[in-house]
Amino acid sequence: MTTPIVPPPKKDPQKRTRVPTRPSELRSRAALGLAAAAAEGRFMLQVCGECGAIQYPPRDACAACLSVDLPWKDVSPAGRLMAETTVRTSTNVYFRERTPWRIGTVKLDAGPSIMCHVHGDVERGGTVRIVNRLDKSGQGVFFALPSEETPAMEDDPQLREMSCDPKYRRVLITDARSENAVALAKAFSDAQASIIFVGEAESWRAYPHRAALAAIPNVEILPLDVTDTQSVNELAGEIGGKTDILVNNARFVRPGGIMDRGDTVFARDEMEVNFLGLMRLAQAFGPAMRGRGADGQSSATAWVNILSVYAYSNMPAFGAFSASNAAAYSLSQCLRAEMRPGGVRVMNVYTGPTEDAWHQPLPPPKVAPAALARAIIAGLKDGLEDVFVGDVAKDLIEKWRAGAKILEREMTEAGGGET
Amino acid sequence: MARSSSSRRLGYDGIVLAAPVTVPYQRFSKETAHWWIARALRQTLKAAGVAPRDLDGFSVSSFTLFPDTAVGLTQHLGLTPRWLDHIPMGGASGVAAVRRAARAVQAGDADIVACVSGDTNHVDSFRRMLSSFSRFAQDASYPYGAGGPNACFALLTDHYMNAYGARREDFGRICVAQRDNALKNPHAIMKTPLTLDQYMGARMISDPIALFDCVMPVSGAEAFLVMREVDARAAGIPFARIRSTIERHNAFPDDPIQMRGGWAMDIDELYAMADAKPDDIDLLQTYDDYPVISMMQLEDLGFCKKGEGPEFVRAHDLTIAGDFPHNVSGGQLSAGQAGAAGGFIGLVEAIRQVTGTAGPTQVKDATTAMVSGFGMINFDRGVCSGATIISGDAQ
Repeated sequence: MTTPIVPPPKKDPQKRTRVPTRPSELRSRAALGLAAAAAEGRFMLQVCGECGAIQYPPRDACAACLSVDLPWKDVSPAGRLMAETTVRTSTNVYFRERTPWRIGTVKLDAGPSIMCHVHGDVERGGTVRIVNRLDKSGQGVFFALPSEETPAMEDDPQLREMSCDPKYRRVLITDARSENAVALAKAFSDAQASIIFVGEAESWRAYPHRAALAAIPNVEILPLDVTDTQSVNELAGEIGGKTDILVNNARFVRPGGIMDRGDTVFARDEMEVNFLGLMRLAQAFGPAMRGRGADGQSSATAWVNILSVYAYSNMPAFGAFSASNAAAYSLSQCLRAEMRPGGVRVMNVYTGPTEDAWHQPLPPPKVAPAALARAIIAGLKDGLEDVFVGDVAKDLIEKWRAGAKILEREMTEAGGGET
Repeated sequence: MARSSSSRRLGYDGIVLAAPVTVPYQRFSKETAHWWIARALRQTLKAAGVAPRDLDGFSVSSFTLFPDTAVGLTQHLGLTPRWLDHIPMGGASGVAAVRRAARAVQAGDADIVACVSGDTNHVDSFRRMLSSFSRFAQDASYPYGAGGPNACFALLTDHYMNAYGARREDFGRICVAQRDNALKNPHAIMKTPLTLDQYMGARMISDPIALFDCVMPVSGAEAFLVMREVDARAAGIPFARIRSTIERHNAFPDDPIQMRGGWAMDIDELYAMADAKPDDIDLLQTYDDYPVISMMQLEDLGFCKKGEGPEFVRAHDLTIAGDFPHNVSGGQLSAGQAGAAGGFIGLVEAIRQVTGTAGPTQVKDATTAMVSGFGMINFDRGVCSGATIISGDAQ
């Protein structure tokens, strides 16, 4: 039985904040396949392209036939706990601070035996379901969960180390005026976030959903304009030390590419919000979040960017907007590297056309705010790095992986790449 | 391709082991592996009256020589061998060194091979070694709690206990008997008696592994010579004959968790080549980094059936004066684990035993010993295994 967590006590400002430490991040290049799969929450192993033998640990040649063709494939996560131990003494500081720590040997139904972290509700010798999660060093690791759901299982202290669950955490949503602000705030409120700060630019200008937003439990609307460095710094000074999850939903979007626009005015606005806005937020909030990556049960845990999937491949009908998102995507990789020492996850949520005024003439499917919000909460609970929301985004990333150049050509077909 | 059925293996007639040396262990040392190996080499060569310059064969096992290997040691120690070996098999390195060196001497590629193992133990060296022990350990075991070998063997022990009904007391008997033996060994790191109650009451390290199931990492070195019998006689030094050997790596890869080592594949050959049976063995030196693995060796080396290890240790006295002398110098559990020298400790003591030169730890009338090696938890199990039967000149 997992003991449900309770809201953390008020922090004692006299006490030193625990400095983030990390499990070992050393891996062979082959083993990085685990991290790539865990970034999307997939349980994958290498499967020999010639003889079909499933491999583990990750290797460079098949242990059954010596083929070097070893692609990663989704495999059954079912297995049985063959042996277990509780580590009470560790040479690694991260685990030393968190002992006792339960690990085990699981025989997978798919074949190999693995070593893995073990959830407290797994019974001795019991059947398990393996998930592949990113640990605090950003590496993929296996975690054995009970094969059936158990009450409050997400509160298992070892599992919580590998998720970014909003429960009893404080969230900042950066743009109250966005059409998705209400859905996002509602979803975090439902997920038991303790406070939901929502940033509001130009508060003198009315917008239709303000009352609905303010009515959501635990929502607190504060002034924030991501295009204004002083505004960002002021808010960071006020709540930067208690922001556990930051969701950057601010964006500026207008149709048009290069020649159908007469100037660079909109392009400048797109970069100002979508790229420089992210950078300002990261400069103001990033250091404090990174420093609080191990600050107890409700530590700083995740930074969420909502990006257009056209960051991967330009959609000419929204060509300049796509370009600003490509810039933001690249910057997010830099942010991920800089956040990693603190164990703070950077999760990018990619979406195709959204259900809003600027995408009004586009045909469905379009991503509704509630669907976006659901995907963000689910992604945080699974500790993901990359989430593709909706059919358009999922389709695009699959095509991009199959061949980026072919996709580029497809995107410029008549219709401007309404994939 | 079909292979011709293996013809009878050539014996080791006329090839002997001599000049066993143990450089007394220390818990921590400021010195290097080079320093420890040099001391062991000097002592073993001195015993046989061989000048370092005249040594023509050299075999080294060590974890802490980096960035050097046996190659660097030749220049460092002023050796000019025509046969050189570096054995990375940890706990199986002693038996492997015998096998390779004996064939080299037998074939005339070398006249005398000095087999040396040694490691230093700095305050932080154990932690450093664990995180980069092997690629599979780095990728697939160290990220899970970083419990090192304690955690890996805890899993094997947990499984063994469930499968065969072994109790912690059974492992305790092995540890307590070895401590008793160690008290007679002036060089053992552990110098105070251990009772079964103390064993049972010790703090857990990685359940069900508790404090006295774990070896103490130390600095130390061990060495011996492989040479022709005629040369040993000419030098006037006692020697032991090699009656049989086996070696196996990555045995039973399809076992979901380790319940047996490579010995189980080759044990019949070990006895047949020596023309011996389990009753002929006067003392057994198993590789004892954790008691569960010694118990598996009792089974896999033919002293009892699989799963009967717990009953075997309940029914036998494993001390020097007992009916089944086992790890008579105290083994690694009580004498200390000096890195790769842990793969030599049982063998070097066995050479002393069968040549009647063991002094305070001497088993009465011991003429034949079995020594087994086990090494390298590459991921979830020990990969290397080996064993040898040796006998004194009188045999």
